Amino acid sequence: MKKQELVMIGNGMAGVRTLEELLKIAPDLYAITVFGAEPHPNYNRILLSPVLAGEQTLDEIVLNDWAWYKDHGITLHAGWTVTDADRVHRVVHAQNAAGETISAKYDRLLMATGSSPFILPIPGKDLKGVLAYRDIADTQAMIEAATTYKHAVVIGGGLLGLEAANGLMKRGMSVSVVHVMPWLMERQLDNVAGKLLQKSLEDRGMKFLIGAQTQELVGDQDEGKSGRVKAIRFKDGSEVPADLVVMAVGIRPNTALAEKMRLYVNRGIVVNDTLQTTTDARIYAIGECAAHRGIAYGLVAPLFEQAKVAANHLAQFGIGRYTGSLTSTKLKVTGIDLFSAGEFMGGEGSEEIVMSDPFGGVYKKLVIKDDKLIGACLYGDTIDGSYYFKLLRDGRSVGDIRDKLMFGESNIGNAGHEGHSKAAAMADSDEVCGCNGVTKGTICKAIKEKGLFTLDEVRKHTKASASCGSCTGLVEQILMATAGGDYSDTPKLKALCGCTDHGHQAVRDAIREHKLLTISDVYHFMEWRTPNGCASCRPAINYYLISSWPKEARDDPQSRYINERSHANIQRDGTYSVIPRMWGGHTTPNELRRIADAVDKYKIPTIKVTGGQRIDLLGVKKEDLQSVWQDLGMPSGLAYAKATRTVKTCVGSEWCRFGTQDSTQMGKDLEHALWAMYSPHKVKLAVSGCPRNCAESGIKDVGVIGVDSGWEIYVGGNGGIKTEVAQFLVKVKTSEEVLEYVGAFLQLYREEGWYLERTVHYIHRVGLDYVRKKILDDAAGRKALWERLQFSLDGAPDPWLETDKAAMDTRQFEKLTVA
Amino acid sequence: MSEWKKICLVNDIPVLGSRRVGRAKGMDVAVFRNDENVVFALLDRCPHKGGPLSQGIVFGTSVACPLHNWTISLADGCAKAPDQGCTPRFKVKVDAGVVYLDSAELASHAIDLVRPVAGPACKELANA
Repeated sequence: MKKQELVMIGNGMAGVRTLEELLKIAPDLYAITVFGAEPHPNYNRILLSPVLAGEQTLDEIVLNDWAWYKDHGITLHAGWTVTDADRVHRVVHAQNAAGETISAKYDRLLMATGSSPFILPIPGKDLKGVLAYRDIADTQAMIEAATTYKHAVVIGGGLLGLEAANGLMKRGMSVSVVHVMPWLMERQLDNVAGKLLQKSLEDRGMKFLIGAQTQELVGDQDEGKSGRVKAIRFKDGSEVPADLVVMAVGIRPNTALAEKMRLYVNRGIVVNDTLQTTTDARIYAIGECAAHRGIAYGLVAPLFEQAKVAANHLAQFGIGRYTGSLTSTKLKVTGIDLFSAGEFMGGEGSEEIVMSDPFGGVYKKLVIKDDKLIGACLYGDTIDGSYYFKLLRDGRSVGDIRDKLMFGESNIGNAGHEGHSKAAAMADSDEVCGCNGVTKGTICKAIKEKGLFTLDEVRKHTKASASCGSCTGLVEQILMATAGGDYSDTPKLKALCGCTDHGHQAVRDAIREHKLLTISDVYHFMEWRTPNGCASCRPAINYYLISSWPKEARDDPQSRYINERSHANIQRDGTYSVIPRMWGGHTTPNELRRIADAVDKYKIPTIKVTGGQRIDLLGVKKEDLQSVWQDLGMPSGLAYAKATRTVKTCVGSEWCRFGTQDSTQMGKDLEHALWAMYSPHKVKLAVSGCPRNCAESGIKDVGVIGVDSGWEIYVGGNGGIKTEVAQFLVKVKTSEEVLEYVGAFLQLYREEGWYLERTVHYIHRVGLDYVRKKILDDAAGRKALWERLQFSLDGAPDPWLETDKAAMDTRQFEKLTVA
Repeated sequence: MSEWKKICLVNDIPVLGSRRVGRAKGMDVAVFRNDENVVFALLDRCPHKGGPLSQGIVFGTSVACPLHNWTISLADGCAKAPDQGCTPRFKVKVDAGVVYLDSAELASHAIDLVRPVAGPACKELANA
């Protein structure tokens, strides 16, 4: 069958990204022809500023070299401008610099014509030495001018203008920036941050003419009317010498061709949610030339999202929809950190939290409305930009973290990268990701060599920030500095995994509402794309089934992670660790003797005392596991499971001269009540007998602290990657109440938490007020939760001592041998 | 000399699961069964850090390594991009519900590869 013809007009980032996405999912559907007005292959336009500043070369910013087009069978006409298109006969006509013409027929047409700089309509705009700043030719002209001329004037103190000014200054020119508005980057910064930026640039030698209105440009011949520009004259009559004038006062979508084709244009070529033009469904428009819901985007992240949707539609899948993007801004001037997003100017009904340290060059403003973060403007310290941006996009209530919000995410107990908060200040050999040992140099290299653009891509290729995620902000900064943009996608409802578009909540709801009882029921009902899921979704769904329908849904061992399937913790060499249960951290001489004997008998190499007050036997061969369990004669500690781990206790009032409550007994009671409890993630508890809190109850999922008059219960603590202090839930009088309240809280978490979501993240998601309402205000609901938990756990077998009842597949322990 | 050796019945391997086959020399071979009763055999060693693939979760025609979650194709033993590396695979024959491996391969294929070390053995290795 003959391939369909796809013609693309424009050879820039948005368009070529669409082709890349298309080739990934439908490599053979189209014969592709590309027309590009510039005589270059696709390059990263955002990185023209570093090229101008001499920090990168032109070769380094090429994204798709000539060979790429050839390898993918794409016909590229670089240096050919499309002059007209006939929508009736579906053919485009192009012309090159020599005046030759060619034509190409299309079945589908992709308009990616981008935008052009706006040139002020003033006398002298056509003089030599007057430039816009848009493409490689402009950049080269500026670099050339900097070698022979001295005085540069940049008109426009926006993002692009300042980047141009910075580049020219680095090339040795004396640069003045003319800006008609009252402060720099007025669309991205507020007054205070704009002034800070100006001061910092002035310290580097840049000059500013704020509020100055340009009247004309003066030439060096014909009484100033022709030749090369020599000065700029303002409305007040003053003049500044200028051998080079760069206009950076804004961009306009390139829509001349579209208008000639009689496509509907309004601030750009008007497109729908599949990026098809509203006039002609065969024609798509994407990137800076397109207007989607009234907005023409100029940043890369939205354009790449559009590319994905357009490619999906071109590939005839038609399941993608583009619904608009939220954007954030960062400036690419080395050594200056600024970030802004959302409605950072505030306005009616909004509140502002401001931190200002002009001497230290740090300014932060957060704008809050209706208990939600709606805007942020950061100067000098932007490490938390991505954190704020995430809060903004997620639209989550910030009421409960309002007091800490200003200090950001990175300032709260974040471990793993030596407290670094500025990627630019790090050496190539500095470690960024402490989990996976990834240095800054490795990340930069991967971004450059493999052409990575998104945080996700960097994670996949380098593993940086792929484990605990605490260095995400740093990785984003590096991505920003190396690839030139913040490419984080606008979040949609996050899919559970690649097998489906459904999120965790939808899956949980369906299981409950439609009483789904097996994994294949779920896959069938929710139209999974894969026959039997993947290693991410199967364990999640298995958990949702058994927690929603206890004693009805059957556990599927093959959908359990190995530790839960073999009831031991796998180690780096494939052996296992065995941790028997010690109720509340108590043990006996007989238990210790049996442990010692088992260690000798099975030649177990390492014995270690754990943080949860138990004993860990490391290096047990899989074949020996069942015998070790038998010899120990102690129940499983479930130290390997997404389940109740331990209840850590202090000695308490039985011995301790300060103790006010019998914390050890309370801990034992809790552990006996909860030991068989599987949950979305691991659950750790602690009971302390007095406020000295020796059992560290403040960093546990559930922490109980004895006081003279009863017990205080805290929830949502975490001692992991990010230290999270547990929040006070309630104070109760009796140990029966402790069991009921703690049980009810954990059952709520079991029923509503998403798989792999710790209690702290669950509480962040739903809010502590919601938890209080469910547990404290609704006594009947609390009792019902506690009863449901007891029903679920009643009669649960110990997996080590009752393997049959636990339905363990014991074939896994035997090795097969060759007959 | 090459000869098919009987290993077990297909039904001895859990659906979407695996069994380990010991060898006289070299590391174990992992035999996998998918949900269409197709059987695959790979060296029980992830190309990344040597994790025992037999202990991973099987889905489609892949297994997720239990150590760092690399996805390894059961058909060719290779890691899913962008991860790189392959583990040696073994020929399998299934006849009338019985799984066979090739004796010559069992005796000599990939016997030089060893399992990773852990625990006190790490230090002994470093001091040696």
